[in-house]
Amino acid sequence: MSVKTPSRLEKILDSGRLAVTSECGPPRGSDAEVITKKAEMIRDYVDAVNITDNQTSVTRLCSLAACIHLKLMGIEPTLQMVVRDRNRIALQSDILGAASFDIHNILCLSGDHQQFGDCPQGQNVFDIDSMQLIQTVRHMRDEGKFLGGEEIRRPPRMFVGAAANPFADPFEIRVPRLAKKIAAGAEFIQTQCIYNLDKFELWMKQARDRGLHEKVYILAGVTPFKSAGMAKYMKNRVPGMDVPDEVVKRMAGVPKEKQPEEGIAICVETIQRLKACEGVRGFHIMAIEWEEKVPEIVERSGLYPRPEQI
Amino acid sequence: MRLRYPDSIRIIRVPCTGKVDVIHILRAFEKGADGVYVVGCLEGDCRFENGNLRARRRVDQARTILNAVGVGGDRVKMFNLSSGEGPRFAEYAVEMTDKIREMGPNPIKRFREKQAA
Amino acid sequence: MIVAEKKPIEEVIEMVKDFRKILIAGCNECVTVCEAGGKKEVAILASALSMYFMNQGKKMEIDEVTLERQCDHEYLEEIRNTMDQYDAVLSLACGVGVQFMAETYFSTPVYPGVNTCFMGVTEERGVWTERCQGCGECILGRTAGICPISRCAKRLLNGPCGGSTKGKCEISKDLDCAWQLIIDRLKELDRLDEYEQIAPIKDWSTERAGGPRRVVREDVRQ
Repeated sequence: MSVKTPSRLEKILDSGRLAVTSECGPPRGSDAEVITKKAEMIRDYVDAVNITDNQTSVTRLCSLAACIHLKLMGIEPTLQMVVRDRNRIALQSDILGAASFDIHNILCLSGDHQQFGDCPQGQNVFDIDSMQLIQTVRHMRDEGKFLGGEEIRRPPRMFVGAAANPFADPFEIRVPRLAKKIAAGAEFIQTQCIYNLDKFELWMKQARDRGLHEKVYILAGVTPFKSAGMAKYMKNRVPGMDVPDEVVKRMAGVPKEKQPEEGIAICVETIQRLKACEGVRGFHIMAIEWEEKVPEIVERSGLYPRPEQI
Repeated sequence: MRLRYPDSIRIIRVPCTGKVDVIHILRAFEKGADGVYVVGCLEGDCRFENGNLRARRRVDQARTILNAVGVGGDRVKMFNLSSGEGPRFAEYAVEMTDKIREMGPNPIKRFREKQAA
Repeated sequence: MIVAEKKPIEEVIEMVKDFRKILIAGCNECVTVCEAGGKKEVAILASALSMYFMNQGKKMEIDEVTLERQCDHEYLEEIRNTMDQYDAVLSLACGVGVQFMAETYFSTPVYPGVNTCFMGVTEERGVWTERCQGCGECILGRTAGICPISRCAKRLLNGPCGGSTKGKCEISKDLDCAWQLIIDRLKELDRLDEYEQIAPIKDWSTERAGGPRRVVREDVRQ
């Protein structure tokens, strides 16, 4: 594979090195410092920083603006874009907005239903779905054209990613779904956070059997538990999440003050184990509201230092 | 059995309480009845399987409507007994009558009386 | 059929409380099947409103009629001769019927007695669920007879999303995940390989987004 965009993330993945990405959630206000401080904390430990897009349908400072703030600081952002809130005109428009600031990574997502957020009475859009958004970005980049057919002046040069959840139902189509996203044009994948390693490795094996690991860069998602309570919550209340009982027991088995440490240990062990999993090309560390632990996780996983600016 | 029960009760016989519909109950109150009670077989013993269960649901529906329009949902009630339980029938009759007496006359009677005047 | 639900009686009272003589008009079709606006419901509402106003010491005349449909001229015409006497009509038809009534009787106020909800089926008596949103371009042939537009909460054409859990939608345990249903049926029909075909971006101009719609058949117009 050779690179198609100026994306730093793409270059690192193309070089064969394990990539590390992380994410930051924007504030529920207009104070950009909230996000710039978080990003500054982790800048030397990751190759690109995802900015979430009104995550869980809670209204926040938009991903695009936050990405621009990061870009202006010299940090490589990944624009997360959900199709819940914008129609195809707005989506293409925001892609151009991002491209105008030379933002080179995009993650195409469906988005949690607005019922979960602060505006459950709002409309939702879903003009196109996440699969079709992947196709759209590729079309804008590779054909240099809008969906309507007209030429784009200075087309976006974006490295296109998508999410994958090996733990959602039904399991039997999770690999076909990965294949579908690749066929739609996804170039990198960030998975849902992994606690059930056996299931993940099974998914990876099925992906490898179809040669999918060579067609797309798969980054394994990990999230450290802050507490046993968090583990239980994620097990029982978050759709599409698979937290095995042993993991919850392990968290609950240590005293409360020691639980954060245990959570990080589990996270690091997960990364170490998955380094040996063929087809895993990197890690996506999601430590929302705990970004200060990302440096430690990266270091203890043997993933520091990151490559110099390539 | 020739047991005594209050003579302020007018009995309307039906082959099964399943025949009683919401509108029948409402019309009774519209015409000035102070209370309506529906007496059906024991649940599980309906010879038409679930007529008495339908009646119960309809009584509940009527109750909601009567509350919403200010007549009072407590004026309608469902009782279940077996056909051999004469004394219980009398008991329910007394219970219902006492309750209605306590609640007072159907409030729309005032309107009807004024109209008549 | 069109599924509707009775409006709460408090809301109905508020709408008609200043009138003296009203007609409650039911419909013999969809709203009868979903037990919201048929002859029975008309009678019950008339009785209930009657008692309410009597209780308020107010005289209110309430007439009842149930038309075959309220979405065809010929049935609405049946009440032409009687309309002058009413201050208002309370229509228990779906939103279509209420509007047609209002258009047909331009100078008579018409009020809706039900909330019109969706196009759906009777799963069992008392349970009605949505099946169709009238997108104007039916794709059921490609989705094994299950519509992702009306049955997927995110109307994904290439689902399921990552929130699908044990065959249920992330927004409610009572909602089947449409894509689980589609996959199950594709499996049953031995067409699961079709799952990987990418459904193209939809043309929504045939749907509400394109504006109020109109179907014309020149060959049957008189």
